[in-house]
Parts: sequence; C-alpha cells; structure tokens
Amino acid sequence: MKVIYLLVPLACLVAAIIAGFWGAKIGNSATHRITITGVGLSFVLSVVVLFDVLDGHSFNGSIYTWGTSGGVSFEVGFLIDHLSAVMMAVVTFVSLMVHIYTIGYMRDDPGYTRFFCYIALFTFAMLMLVMANNFLQLFFGWEAVGLVSYLLIGFWFKRESAVAANLKAFLVNRVGDLGFILGIAAVMYLFGTLDYSAVFSAASEKQNAVVTGVLGYEWSWITLICLLLFVGAMGKSAQVPLHVWLPDSMEGPTPISALIHAATMVTAGIFLVARMSPLFELSTTASSVILVIGGLTALSMALVGLVQNDIKRVVAYSTLSQLGYMTVALGASAYSVAIFHLATHAFFKALLFLAAGSVIIALHHEQDMRRMGGLRRYMPITYITSVIGSLALAGIPPFSGFFSKDAIIEAVHHSNIPGAGLAYAAVLMGVVVTAFYSFRLIFMVFHGEPRMDKQARSHLKESPWVVTVPLVLLAIPSLLSGGFLVESVLGGHFLGDAVAQGPSAGEGDHLTAVGLMTHGFLAAPLWLALGGVFLAWIFYVRVPSLPGNVSQRLSLIYRILHRKYGFDQFYQWLFASGGVRLGEWLWKRADIALIDGFAVNGTANMVGWFSRVLKRLQTGYVYHYAFVMIIGVVVFLSWGLWS
Amino acid sequence: MTNQDILVVLPEIVIALMACFILVLDLYLPATKKKKFGYGLSLVTLMVGAGLSIVYSEPAPVYGLNGLVLMDSLSAILKVGICISTGFVLVYSRGYADARGLWKGEFFALALFGVVGMMVMTASNHLLSLYVGLELLALCLYTMVALRIDSTAASEAAMKYFVLGALASGILLYGMSLLYGLTGTLYINELSASIVRHDGSTLPRTMALILVLVGLLFKIGAVPFHMWVPDVYEGSPTSSTVYLATAPKLAGFAIILRLLADGLGSLATEWQGMLLVVSIISLALGNIIAIAQSNIKRMLAYSAIAHVGFFLLGILTGEVSGYASAMAYILIYAVVTLGAFGVILALSSKGVEADLIEDYSGLNQSHPWAAFIMLLLMFSLAGIPPTIGFYAKLSVLQAVVNAGMTWVAVVAVVLSVIGAFYYLRIVKVMYFDDLATSHPGLQFRPKQDARILLTINGLAVVVLMPWIGKLTTLCEGAIEVLF
Amino acid sequence: MLANYLPVLLFLIVASGLGVVLLVAGKLLSPHRPNEQKLSPYECGFEAFEDNRMKFDVRYYLVAILFIIFDLEIAFLFPWAVALDDIGIFGFLAMMIFLLVLVAGFIYEWMKGALEWE
Repeated sequence: MKVIYLLVPLACLVAAIIAGFWGAKIGNSATHRITITGVGLSFVLSVVVLFDVLDGHSFNGSIYTWGTSGGVSFEVGFLIDHLSAVMMAVVTFVSLMVHIYTIGYMRDDPGYTRFFCYIALFTFAMLMLVMANNFLQLFFGWEAVGLVSYLLIGFWFKRESAVAANLKAFLVNRVGDLGFILGIAAVMYLFGTLDYSAVFSAASEKQNAVVTGVLGYEWSWITLICLLLFVGAMGKSAQVPLHVWLPDSMEGPTPISALIHAATMVTAGIFLVARMSPLFELSTTASSVILVIGGLTALSMALVGLVQNDIKRVVAYSTLSQLGYMTVALGASAYSVAIFHLATHAFFKALLFLAAGSVIIALHHEQDMRRMGGLRRYMPITYITSVIGSLALAGIPPFSGFFSKDAIIEAVHHSNIPGAGLAYAAVLMGVVVTAFYSFRLIFMVFHGEPRMDKQARSHLKESPWVVTVPLVLLAIPSLLSGGFLVESVLGGHFLGDAVAQGPSAGEGDHLTAVGLMTHGFLAAPLWLALGGVFLAWIFYVRVPSLPGNVSQRLSLIYRILHRKYGFDQFYQWLFASGGVRLGEWLWKRADIALIDGFAVNGTANMVGWFSRVLKRLQTGYVYHYAFVMIIGVVVFLSWGLWS
Repeated sequence: MTNQDILVVLPEIVIALMACFILVLDLYLPATKKKKFGYGLSLVTLMVGAGLSIVYSEPAPVYGLNGLVLMDSLSAILKVGICISTGFVLVYSRGYADARGLWKGEFFALALFGVVGMMVMTASNHLLSLYVGLELLALCLYTMVALRIDSTAASEAAMKYFVLGALASGILLYGMSLLYGLTGTLYINELSASIVRHDGSTLPRTMALILVLVGLLFKIGAVPFHMWVPDVYEGSPTSSTVYLATAPKLAGFAIILRLLADGLGSLATEWQGMLLVVSIISLALGNIIAIAQSNIKRMLAYSAIAHVGFFLLGILTGEVSGYASAMAYILIYAVVTLGAFGVILALSSKGVEADLIEDYSGLNQSHPWAAFIMLLLMFSLAGIPPTIGFYAKLSVLQAVVNAGMTWVAVVAVVLSVIGAFYYLRIVKVMYFDDLATSHPGLQFRPKQDARILLTINGLAVVVLMPWIGKLTTLCEGAIEVLF
Repeated sequence: MLANYLPVLLFLIVASGLGVVLLVAGKLLSPHRPNEQKLSPYECGFEAFEDNRMKFDVRYYLVAILFIIFDLEIAFLFPWAVALDDIGIFGFLAMMIFLLVLVAGFIYEWMKGALEWE
C-alpha cells in the first residue's frame, strides 16, 4: 500500500512537471492527455485507498527524513485514515472533473499547457496537505496550494484586475499564514515534536499548561495554539474578516474557481481544524470563537450574495457562506459532519461553478446575470445540472446538501457552548437566504425573457461534451452522496477515530436517511428553504418589478450589502493607504534622517575621518618608524613590570 | 649523525643545495635557457621539498641534529604550505618579473633560500636554529624587496625594512639571551619547565618575555611594530610583495606557536593580555587606515595587519582549539592573499603597474573573468559566506567565544565589518564604475600556467567550502600532539 | 694549576718584547722624512675626520664584505684543522659542505664581476 500512497501525489507531480517543462514542445492535446492520465491514476488509487481504509486499515509512518536538528526530525510522512482517505477521494475526483472540463473551457487560450501544469501541481500540493502526518509537511502543502492559487488567480496576468486580485489573495493569506506558522511554532515549543500522533497523545497532559501573555493574562497553551491555527484556517477558508480575497479570486478562470476556490483549497482550513480536533476538543474557548466566526460568515456572506449580479460572484459568496456552515459545525465539535458537508459541498459547488462556466462560454464571457435569461431552452443539460446543484445547495431533500446542512443545524442546536445560540440563529436565517439567492440565480439565468443581444442569442448552443460530461458526473454525487453517507456520519463511524468525537455528534432518533427526511419535514430548516425558493420565484418570475422596488425602499441595507459591509474600503484605508503613509514617515524620518543620515553615514564618515587622521601616522621616515617601535617596547615593558 | 638526523631536515637540505645549484647554473647557461631552467628547476625543487615533507612526516615530534630541529605534523603541514605557496608565487610572478628584468637566477635562489629559512623556522626546537632561520628569511626578503635596482621606491623600502628588521632582530636576540641567562637552556621544549623553576624576581623573566614577543610581533607585522609593512608592500616589486605577503606568515605562525605557546606557555597569563591589546589595535588600525588607501598593494598591507590581528586572537585564547583555528586562519589567509596578488600580477604588464584602485574601475566590462576571481577573493578576505574566508573568521571567533571572551569577539566582528568596506569597494569599483579611460587600461594576459592556477585559486575560495572542516581537523590533530 | 698558564705568560712576554724591539729598531735604523700624507691616520682610504655626508664608492663595501666572508672562513678553518683527528670523517665532510657553499658564493661573485674594480 505504501507504494500506492506514494503514487497518489507523485502521479500528479510528474504530470505537472512534464506539462510545465515540456508542455510547449509536446503540444496541447498531449499535455492534457498526460495530466488527465496522471490525475486519473491518482483518483483510481485514491478510491482504492478509500476502500482499503473502509476495510479497517490505516497507516501512519514517515517516508523520508529530510533533516534532523536539535533532536527534532523533519520528515515527509503519510497519515492515511478515514479523514485523509475521504479528502483524497474528493480532491482527486473534483480535480479529474475539472481537468476534463478545462479541455473545453480553455480550448483557445494561449496558456493552455501552463494551466494544466498548474492544476496538476495544485492537485499534488493538496494531496500532500491532506496526507501529511506532521505539521511541516502540512505547512508545505498549505503554502504550495496558496502559491498555485496565487498563480491561477493571476492566470491572465495581463489583466490588471487579475493581478490586483492575486496580490490581494496572497496578502490576505499571509495574515492567516502568519497565525498558522506561529501556531506550528507554539506546537513545536510545547510538545517538542511536529508529528501529529505524538502531539495528540501528549495533548491531554498539556491541557493545563499556561503561558503568561501580555498584560499578565494567563493563556492556556492549547487555546493559544488552537486560536493561532484557526487564524490560519480563517485565511485559507476565507472566514470573516479574512474573507475579502475569495470574491476577487473569481478573476481566475472558472475551472479554477470550481477546483480551488470552491471545492478543495478553501476547505483546507476546515480540514485543518478537523485534523486537529483532538486539540480543539480541549479548548472550549477556541470552539466558541470558531462557532461565532462561522455563524457570522454563514449569514453575512449569504446576505451579500443576494445583491450580486455577476454569476460567478453569486456562487463565490455562496461558497463563503457554506464555508461558514462548515466552520459552525467544527465549532460545535461535529467534525465528521463538517467533513460530510465539505464533501457534498465540493460536489455541488464544483457543479455550480462549472455550470456557471458553461453559461459563460456559451455567452462569450458574459458574466452579468442581468444580460441573461431564458437559457433553459438552449442549454438543457446545463440547466438540469444547475437545478440539481441549487437544490442541493438550498438543502431540499433528497439532495445531498439537505442531509449535511441539516446535520450541521442539528449539531449546533444541541451544542451548549457559549455562542451556540447565536450561531444557531445565524445558520437558520442563512437557510432562507441561501435558498433565495441560489434560486434567484436559476431564475435570472435560465427563466424569464432572454435579455442578451440578438447576436449573442443567435450563437447560443449547449456546450460540448467535455463540458457537459463533468457536469453530469458531478450531478450524480450532488444528488446521491448525502443520502448515501448520512447514516454513517450520524452513526459516528464516517471518519472512524480519525477525528475526536464531540459531545453532540450522535443523534439518537433518526439514524437513517429516511428517518432524517421525515424528521426534516417536521423541523424548521426545510420549510425555511422552501420559503426561500418561493420568495425567489415571486421576486424573479412572478413579479419581476419587485426587486427594484424593494432595493429602493431598503436602499440603506442594499447599499451596505452592495458594498460588502465596507470591508474592502476599510482595509484599503487602514492597511493600504495607512501603511503607505506610515511607511513614508518611517522612510523619511527614521530611515533617511536617523538611520541613514546619523547611524550609517555618520559612522562611515567618522571611520573615514579616523582613517585620514591615522593615515598621517605613516610619515615615511624610518626614524619615526623606529621611534614607534621603541615606544611600543617601552609601553609593554612598563606595563609588564608594573603588574 | 644518524639517518634520522638527515631525514628530519632532508627537505631543507635538498632545497638549499638546489638553490646553490640554480644560482651557479644561472651563470653558465646561455641567456635564452636561463629563465626556463631556473623556473622549471625551482618548481621541481619546491615540489620535491613538499613531497619529502609529507613522506617523512611524523605525527609526534621527532628530534634531529642534537635537538636543534624537530619534525611533527605542524611543521610538515606548514612546510608543505610554504613550498606550495612559493610555487604559486613563482608561477604568478613570471610574466610580471620577466617584463621588468627581475626574472633571473637571483630571484629563484633568493626565493628558495627564503623557503629554507622558513622551513627551519617551522621546524626549530632551539633558539639558535630559530634565529638562524629567521635571519636567513629576512636577508632574502630584504634583497628581494631591493631586487629592482632602478626603482628608488624599492630601495627605500628595502632600506627601511632592513634597518627596522635589524632593530627588531636585536630586540629579539636580547630577549633570547635573557632567556638563556634565566634558564640555562636554548632548547624550546625545555624552556617552559625551566622558566617556572626560576624563583626570585620576576623582572628579568618579564623583560625577556616582552623582548621576545616584540621581536616576533615585528616579524608578522602587528601594531605597533607594523610600520614597515605598508611601505615595503607598496615599494617592492609586486612579484616580491606576493612572496613576502604569504609564505612568511605561515612561518611566523610557527615561531609564535613554538616560542610563545610552547616555549613560554607557562607564562601564558602574561603574554595573553599583551596579545589581546596588540590584536585589537592591529584590527582597528589595519581596518581603519586601509579605508583611506588609494593603492591596492598598500591597502592589502593594512589588510594584512588587520588579518594578523585576527589570527592573534586565536593564539591568545591559549587553548588547542584556538591555536588550531589560528592555524586554519593563516593557511586560508595565505591562499586568498596569493590569489589577490596573483590577479594584480596578471593585470600588470610591461610599464603598467596595476596597483591603483582607480585602475580597476569597470574591470568587469573589459575582463569579466579577472573581475570575478577578484570578487571571490575580496569576498573571502572580507569574510563573506560562502567563502573560506568566512569560515576562517568563524572558527577563530568560535574559539574566542568558547574561551569566554565574548566581548573580544564582538569587537573583532565590528572591526571586520568596518574592514569589509574597503574590500567591497574594490568590488564596487570593478563592477559598478565606468571603464577607466584616463590611462591605457589594464590587460589581463597572464601566462597559461598562471591563468590556470589563478582560476583554481579563485574558485577554491568557494569550492573548498564543503571540505573546510577537514582543514580544522588536520590543524587540531597537528596541534594536539604538542600539548 | 697556575703553572698551566706559563706558556701564556711566556707568549705575552715574547710578544710585547718583540713589539718593543721592532718599534725601537725601526725608529733607530730607518730614515726619517715625514710629510702630510704620512702623518695622517689611515682607514680604508678615507679621511678619518670629515663631514660624514660625503659621497663614497660603494665598491669599498663590496670588497670589505667579500673580504670578511673569506676572513671568517679562515677563522673557522684553524680550529677545525687542529681538531681534525678527533672529529673524524663527519667533521671533514661538514667542513667540505661548508666550503662547497662558500665556493658556490665565490663562483657567483667572480662571474658577476664583483671582484673587478672597474
């Protein structure tokens, strides 16, 4: 099995290297064949690993020791258990779909081979991240996916907005990564090792270790570590207030939005917290923070999604909101539920993005929903798969999203740590909003009167098979995976013992899919979701003039939402221009005047002056030289005789 | 007289005989063959000398000629170093000396006699053999400085060197005679024990120590006995400067180690304080005055003073690791300095002395390879990683810190940083200034053998880095057997 | 013990006696016609008392140095010759090597023309 574990990431790496270095030489079709073969191999092997793990096998060991320093060894190693196996399967499956889809989407792009290199490289990095058995490799994967994400957001590097967006993504992620690496350093300091299993087994005995921080407060080490790691997770998984980069990342090509900024990379934070669950279980404070942040993100980002007109941005904000849901589940200690939602979300969100991409290419890179409409007649497959994705997103049974989202809401409902009530309210309201914006999208794009110009309409047709096949393949798990997996999730054996079991993980009553569905009909979330769909229908099909009226009536709220709560402007003001002003001040006063003028050049001038003065000692007269020698002898003699 | 007596000094005997032979042969050969034969024979002699030093080396001291000389790893390593660096000197100097009429039998003979003197110094176990070696070297150096008869600067330099050298020799001899009076022995390995036995007033003992110390410090050119260094470096023809800037430093290390650390080791507490003062003012003065120099030979002279100060830091720790680091330091310094002067020699041509710093402006544009080699060597002298010069400084500083003198290490680092300025200025001049137009410009036309050696020499500064730990092991092994 | 020094005493007496006899004989027997040259003290061809910054010919020194080398060589040879029976073949070879080195130097100075005044 060890060979298979190794092959899973390496197949992608090799494909990426070939595509990167020789892509231009071997041509477009050879490139995509090679990368798809590589990723396909990874996928098949991942499935093999998944079944092997389901059989009860697991693996934890190092493959290669990179270096040893001061008793700490830095290793490349794999930890294969339920959690990583599920992640591997999800990542490689979505990645494979995106690879196939890309053939159609990027067909005429000059950066075709570069693109394939990047996404194969991304798959490798993501696999290294999820398969890691130590913090160092986790950090490697973490930074590598960040790097590829940066490269891909700025894929069209001639577009100024794309460059700005990738810079923004990079900088915001830096903030999170700083927390992350500080967290790793704290782990290193407290436990003296970077190995997961060693850290987890030692965690409970260090539970009461405290550190005296600023202002004399005593912090629990575990809480500190958890919060720092969670800051990293916030950056990568785009939680408020570090979420600002994700909507802008839609500047990248749509397959990337599907693969990296919806299905896999942004869920790395969720994965991280689930992986670290034995630590997070020990800190109620950290769980509370996670719960509140997640709830805030879930509701506030869903609300922003209501007012977006760019089709990709709607899906992007829904991604932010769904990541909030997962975070809420983590905060409620329902780690397996979070991963469950991560998996179902990966399928239906990738589906929605790819469907959006399909629409975008059909309309020749038109992304504004106000210039769409009535597309269901032209693009039936895209339409049907989009509806499936949206139903799953809105949480309508028996689609996958229903089960995972309902499980989250139930878990929060039963949680009793501080902040749970707030989070519960947020996720319940979020359900209405989610249903509303997702069907707003469906209605605006596929129903009603076509609003695009004549020329565009005449070219409308269904996308080619390389685009639609992935849609269909993604629609299947979007439809089925929920009901299929829910029993094992609620039974508590979905992830085996890979994650800590929170107190509210199991639900006594309705342990089967059917049971949950009947329960669902009696509980609020389903009705709230249906209400949201109905509202959307009224707003965008029944009375199309209503949205305009409402937005005028509630112009203040509309403007707040439209400005996305002003996060961007605030950061711009505080960090960007404030930073520039501070930098300018430090440059002029501190650097030029004090450091350069006084310290650096002052020292240099003084040394130079000394040099010129001392140079005169060398007169050139031999009797002066002899005199200096004699003086030296006399000084030494008197010193030696005195002491 | 046994075989062992001969073997201990076999390399010296061979080189001395060959020097006489080359001197006489030079008189009888026709003019066309003179240069080739002298050059080739000298190189062969030096190689044989180095080879014999290795072949007959013994790790623990073996005494010969009634204990006048000895042979151990220390002397073997230094002898090999002296022979090889003198070989490099000959190769580098050929083009330069040939163009100035200095490439003749006397040059080879003087160089070889000097080598014999240095080898005797490294191998001496007796104050007399040490002094004879020292003077043999010194006489050769005085003459080599004055070799260019038509140059007043060279004559002046030689005169100064000779007068001051005689003064220093007198001081050294006075110290030695006091030592003999106190202890009744001239054998260095017996000094240490005898001098402690002497009880009564410490005044003559201290005086003897100081006078010997002064004599030694003059020979290696430490402040305040350094005044001859800049004038001699600048005034003598570069082919002689490169000789007196490299190999004698190794021999100087040997006599300091033998006489101070070994012979006067029991007085370590007394000379450590003086060495500390000397090394710090050497570092300060050397590094600071070098900044104001416009002549690269003179600049390298002040740099030599600063480097001597640095290697004395290793000596004054009074520990084996310190001595070993000083030895590694001086060996590395010799390699790097050889290269630096080698570049200067290669850039000088008939009528052009490449000795002004401004001559080097824009060298990268006209001779990128020479500029690159010079860059490596300057980085190494300044102690910038990943060059061996960095390692040399590091190991000395390590020894100093381990000896508990952290503040000394800090001062040394600060002064080295000041010193980095003038090395980097050469780099700046070569790479960032415009090509000099006011004068004919430098030609980089070394002979083929010099070109190859120069390339090896320059690259070694970086390439040897992975194996540099072996050097320290070697030096530590050589010094451990002494203590 | 003191008797051992009798030859030395005899040597002193004979030497001083001889010196006195010769000087007295010269004074009595020789013609006495003094001039300025004859009366001035003589050293190496220079005036003994004059300005020390005068120019002089460096060849004087060359000859003097060369002379000293061979002068000292003789000084080494006398005791060696006396003790040759005791030091045997080793002593003989050592002196031969010493002479060989001197010969090398001699050849060098000869060929270089150091022995010729003009």
